[in-house]
Amino acid sequence: MPDIAAPAAVHRHAPPQGLLRRHVFSLDHKVIGKQYLDLALVAVCTGMVLSWLMRLHLGFPTVPIPGLDKLSPNGAAGGVITPEYYLSLMTMHGTIMVFFVLTTAPFAGFGNYFLPIQVGAEDMAFPRINMTSFWVTLVAFLVLIASFFIHDGPALSGWTAYAPLSAVGKDAGPGQGLGQTLWAISIALFCVAQLLGSLNFITTTLDLRTRGMSLARMPFSTWAWFITAVIGLIAFAVLMPACILLLLDRVAGTSFFIPAGLVISDRLQPHSGGSPLLWQHLFWFFGHPEVYIAILPGFGIISHILPVFTRKPLLGPRVMIGCLIAIAFLSYTVWGHHMFLSGMNPFSATLFSVPTLIITIPATIVTLLWIGTIYGARLRFTTPALFCLGFVSVFVSGGISGFFLAQPSIDTYLHGTYFVVGHFHFVMGVAAMFGIFAGTYFWFPKMFGRMMNETLGKWHFWLTFIGVYCVFMPMHYLGLAGNVRRYSAFTDDYMKPLIPLHRFITIAALFTGAAQLIFLYNLIRSRLRGPKAPDNPWEATTLEWSTASPPPFDNFGGRPPTVSHGPNEYGVPGAAGDYVMQASR
Amino acid sequence: MNETRAETGVWIGIATISMSFAALTSALVVRQGSASDWQHFQLPPILYVNTLVLLLSSCTLELSRRRVAAGVPDVVLPPQGLHWFQITLALGLLFVVGQLLAWRNLAAQGLFLATNPSSSFFYVFTALHGLHLLGGVAGLTYVLHRLTRTARPGARSALGAASLYWHFMGVLWLYLLSILVIRI
Repeated sequence: MPDIAAPAAVHRHAPPQGLLRRHVFSLDHKVIGKQYLDLALVAVCTGMVLSWLMRLHLGFPTVPIPGLDKLSPNGAAGGVITPEYYLSLMTMHGTIMVFFVLTTAPFAGFGNYFLPIQVGAEDMAFPRINMTSFWVTLVAFLVLIASFFIHDGPALSGWTAYAPLSAVGKDAGPGQGLGQTLWAISIALFCVAQLLGSLNFITTTLDLRTRGMSLARMPFSTWAWFITAVIGLIAFAVLMPACILLLLDRVAGTSFFIPAGLVISDRLQPHSGGSPLLWQHLFWFFGHPEVYIAILPGFGIISHILPVFTRKPLLGPRVMIGCLIAIAFLSYTVWGHHMFLSGMNPFSATLFSVPTLIITIPATIVTLLWIGTIYGARLRFTTPALFCLGFVSVFVSGGISGFFLAQPSIDTYLHGTYFVVGHFHFVMGVAAMFGIFAGTYFWFPKMFGRMMNETLGKWHFWLTFIGVYCVFMPMHYLGLAGNVRRYSAFTDDYMKPLIPLHRFITIAALFTGAAQLIFLYNLIRSRLRGPKAPDNPWEATTLEWSTASPPPFDNFGGRPPTVSHGPNEYGVPGAAGDYVMQASR
Repeated sequence: MNETRAETGVWIGIATISMSFAALTSALVVRQGSASDWQHFQLPPILYVNTLVLLLSSCTLELSRRRVAAGVPDVVLPPQGLHWFQITLALGLLFVVGQLLAWRNLAAQGLFLATNPSSSFFYVFTALHGLHLLGGVAGLTYVLHRLTRTARPGARSALGAASLYWHFMGVLWLYLLSILVIRI
């Protein structure tokens, strides 16, 4: 038979032979994706231990934590955390989680591995830039972690590094010397890495799609990664110069963010005329879109996975993509809602409040589309499906409190309280983590050629799901009761009656964290001993499932697929099975 | 299909660099308005010479690119194209030297990085632009290396992409110069 269906000759690319090239300095997007995920795993464990330390201190402020004085003789003398060290832990927890987990895993990790395969490409458009992106991220992480091991400890001005305290240096606190400088260098490096990553994601999506892969036929996860890359390209391009200006204020004596006449620790700071608000504007112009950088890949992953287990096409696929684009656009108009209390012009609060309320419309439509997809379906209750349902639940729970916070008059009371902590942990932290878990359980068979254990997965889901509600739901009540955030202990003031609730949260946090050991055990055990995975264990339609598990070095064994169907063809009457693959092999 | 990727990549790079400098411009405007400590100073006249040098380098690069395009495909770069290419690189480096001279001029006036917000922004703008331009010099050198050693069409599309970036460096400098003229 003449070779009409597959005119491209088999043009197999063999993997490189050297050990370093294959596993360490690899140019293969799949290896780089796994490296990002491994980095995120190390980072999330670090960040979670930090949150445990904070929670232990909040619940039991006078009880020493054994061994902690070894890590920081100044910050935790005798194992009891000082207020300054508490702020350092908080800063590092936030920075590690937002940058090195929530950006690194769902976007850089899964995106690197699956975006090229889902569009039918052999690799990313610029493999060398891709590799550089990972290694710069790793260096950024190491620079940040190094600040734990310097004399004064890590930065303590929060993951938002508000000026002028972040800009003046050592006078502002123990970690504000070298620790804060390392923070700024780390984040500037991280920006470079993410810009390089976004460059690759966008170019690959635009230029390397295989034959028949029109934009309308791209899977939802690819769409989400693509849109996230566009957001990242703009957001990190603003944070990077902001970090450079911050560094100059710290080391070169400039006055971008430090006002005149500032006295800190009884010393008049030798600066004049700078604007602390300028930092907040630059930071939040990045910072709010960053929230969507963390959550949009989760949107994509859930929209990708839900139809597989409902065995129904996703409701309103075009509306879904339109909403993702609308959210991306609107994410650049709402940054001021983080600054209602900053002292900016009160009229501008209204200006930022309105788009904040408007952005809930596409977010609500997206949620309704998921619920509509689930409605009336005969769900296959696998672990990834459970995490999808959990995602929808925590996203709704966290999202609803956003309606309150979007209004300046209500936010004035709630902004400095645990209400906000509960809100953002649900809506971007836990929701994004559930997206990562759903993605892991769903794609693990493809990545490693082995199935994960379903029983352990279900235990992991239920314990985590109940656990996170126990941790973050009470925080809303704490906030309503006026419990301020960022304080290290509530031992001798009006917040004393709230301590039992804090203890409950602490115990729930330890319990939920311990439940993650099930996940770690499942990951390691399944990687070594899990049952062999078939090419398409979930009966899904997209291109990654039409190649081997794990895929060969060039993804499709030298035969680039030709796409003839959309990604959403589930429950098709008359099809073999009940679905149609995007490309028939 | 694949041959457009270098150019797409440069367009995306242009978008992100533009965004960075837009952020810096807004920082400049906000900082200038936030306090009354902004000192105006005389811009070093050599900046205008540098501008001409950079614009000239864009012209020589285009000449070189036309020679390459006119040449027979699949052969390495013709010698005349090569000359124009090398002149472009030399002009690029000359621009950087000229910018360093402008810095020395400022230092001679007692204006350093931390002296005043106006001088801070001057150094930040010129330094960041200079670094991006040096990146362009590195990119062009790499393309030159590929053009003289391989005859693959990939090298030609890389030349197109590198030229696009180089012209953008000129446009960006014109923008920055006009901001400096208006604000400083």
